[in-house]
Amino acid sequence: MNKNSLVSIADLNKEELLALLEQASYFEKHPNSKILDGKVVATLFFEPSTRTRLSFETAVNRLGGRVIGFSDASTTSSSKGETLHDTIKMVSNYVDLIVMRHYLEGAARYASEVTDVPVVNAGDGANQHPSQTMLDLYSIYKTQGDLNNLTITMVGDLKYGRTVHSLLQAMSYFNPTFRFVACKELQMPEEYLKFCDENGIKYECTTDFSPEIINESDIIYMTRVQRERFTDIMEYERVKNLYTLHNAMLADSKPNLRILHPLPRVNEIAYDVDANPKAYYFDQARNGLYARQAIICRALGLTPDECKKA
Amino acid sequence: MTEKKELAVAALRNGTVIDHIPSSALFKAVRILGIEHLDKAVTIGNNLASGKLGKKGIIKVADVEFDEATLNRIAIIAPTAVVNVIREYSVVEKRPVRLPDTVVGIVKCANPKCITNNEPMRTVFHVVGNNPVVIRCHYCNHAVKGDDAQLQ
Repeated sequence: MNKNSLVSIADLNKEELLALLEQASYFEKHPNSKILDGKVVATLFFEPSTRTRLSFETAVNRLGGRVIGFSDASTTSSSKGETLHDTIKMVSNYVDLIVMRHYLEGAARYASEVTDVPVVNAGDGANQHPSQTMLDLYSIYKTQGDLNNLTITMVGDLKYGRTVHSLLQAMSYFNPTFRFVACKELQMPEEYLKFCDENGIKYECTTDFSPEIINESDIIYMTRVQRERFTDIMEYERVKNLYTLHNAMLADSKPNLRILHPLPRVNEIAYDVDANPKAYYFDQARNGLYARQAIICRALGLTPDECKKA
Repeated sequence: MTEKKELAVAALRNGTVIDHIPSSALFKAVRILGIEHLDKAVTIGNNLASGKLGKKGIIKVADVEFDEATLNRIAIIAPTAVVNVIREYSVVEKRPVRLPDTVVGIVKCANPKCITNNEPMRTVFHVVGNNPVVIRCHYCNHAVKGDDAQLQ
């Protein structure tokens, strides 16, 4: 077990989150720092995820490290029945860092317990995806200049969306006000509302994506409402367009408002929003590179000073 | 002790009596304690009248004293259980079971997509609630009530 592994955003305290944001900000200014010279990083993608894998691999390459790995478990010995334990043990002999994506929940935690090489979770089923949360956090930090005292509106699938749950946890250090906008089927789960209560976080749950809510927001975090989440298909047809953001809805919004979305989007953000300067979702994806560079350096135990010297 | 007035099962000379087990959890408790592998005299009673629980289960094991950690493992499914240690027909120690902070290798995770259901490994749960007992999988974060916990 390596203490620099990053499995869940909840593994990081406030200081560590802030240090990562500062580091990401440094890499945005110096994306090609050759800090990882001589280091080899494994990207083990037991489940395909092109965007996340390319982002991690770009991060390693820009830092001067080398990458080995696979993007699909069907071409590996896990298709012959090798356990995750054995795959991780084997790969640990070769590399300085393991970045892994797995379809089973808890896989990254388990992997981090069977090896001394640091493990970075790049998504384990519906469970955790901390690098996504870091890039969301970095996007908020960058666009608002500060993480404190923001009004954040989360819209769409708040029940199954792991990105909103992790972002909620990460933001809990910064006195946010949340608005949870979702239909009855997809409301924020009770345990997260309880988490807000316990941490003194102000929130409001509503089914109405109203102009007041939009106009008071500093951040609107949109998520995709997936058809397969509904038992009643008529209900899906009824709600799917209730939570679509159109450009006209932003007319009276705050000047500092930014629209975030973890992507891919389907119809929850109309294309006419893309040209609005408040649309931030494509820049948000680019921030993933800097956030992941920061995560990789932390996992390898490289201090900010060591990064700057390189 | 003067509880001899109406014993539903025979008194023990030496051993352990685990009382006030909810009837629905009795056989789970038997499994957790590994009682089926003991070669000592064992008496198991169930659906006995209980003022506190309505119906309760009881386990009596002759000539065995379990260590505390073992007994506390049943607290996740039977938090009301009370342990009596018997020596020469008298109760020398009487204590409720205590909820542990972590439960290793007893409960099966209810999430079919959890790594623990797909790898040869031990489960680990953190106890996150007392009343009712709620445990959370260390790996996939899936939470389950103690009453609904399935054994491995």
